[in-house]
Amino acid sequence: MSEAAAMHAGHAESYESPLTPESWGKLGMWVFLVGDAMSFGTLLAGYGGIRYGSADWPKPYEVLGIWLTAGMTLLLIVSSVWMVKGLAAIQRGDQAAFRKFIGLTILGGVVFLACQAYEWNKLIFHEGLGFTSNPYGASLFGTTFFIITGFHGMHVTGGVIYLLCILLRGMTGAYSANNYNPVEIAGLYWHFVDLVWIMVFTFVYLI
Amino acid sequence: MAEHHSEDLYMKIFYYLLALTILEIIVALPTYSTLVKAILLIGMALGKAGLVAMYFMHLRFERLTLGMIAFTPLVICVFLVFMLTPDLGAVAHKTTVPAKAATGAKH
Repeated sequence: MSEAAAMHAGHAESYESPLTPESWGKLGMWVFLVGDAMSFGTLLAGYGGIRYGSADWPKPYEVLGIWLTAGMTLLLIVSSVWMVKGLAAIQRGDQAAFRKFIGLTILGGVVFLACQAYEWNKLIFHEGLGFTSNPYGASLFGTTFFIITGFHGMHVTGGVIYLLCILLRGMTGAYSANNYNPVEIAGLYWHFVDLVWIMVFTFVYLI
Repeated sequence: MAEHHSEDLYMKIFYYLLALTILEIIVALPTYSTLVKAILLIGMALGKAGLVAMYFMHLRFERLTLGMIAFTPLVICVFLVFMLTPDLGAVAHKTTVPAKAATGAKH
């Protein structure tokens, strides 16, 4: 009996620990994002290492140009603002504003992907930047560029699909002022994609 | 609980992010020491990433657990850079020697 009581007490103690998250879903998303951050961290560190060791690395802003991507950076930041506004809307139970802002966030992601497709098309077919060779210098310049921006683009694609699911579920009335946790968790993913692009823009385009 | 944050706060963070992005471009455009440029740009990018994580991802208003989890990859990435250091020297040595040989062969 006393053993069982002790176990019960231990269980209660761990449940009330300050380390217990208020939302397991949110904790799960954070753990996923931390792993994903390591993927991007490794890619960017590898990029830095290869570039540091190369004698003929082209100046990225001369080959890639920064104005289009500066616009894409702003677009992702604005879409993050729309995302938080969408979350704020559902937190106060405003379904119409929730749909509008999540819709705008998705639109931001789609336009971002269209800009990236335009950029890749221009670089590959008009400026000769290949995956394994290019006319500007180190062959790994193209390889690292396509892998890092491609990996990020896949994340944006995933985010657009994820938010579409949230929007469609939201349109059936699944979320409300008392039930907005899935929207907040999807928002975490979207802001992370924005955060990673801020780093990619700096490392791959600006420096 | 991370809820009902003032939308004014979100707009304030947006203006900070906008200002930092414009500042980044101003810093990136002129030609000068790559090291100084890299330090300035990485500093500003970390500032922007911090703003997104703290306010848009609500980390500032969350329990310590999530903050500790989010902070971990930053620490590991610093280690990662140190772990790459021996390779950086080796790669620099290997790529510069053939480049010199190639220019020598041309003359």
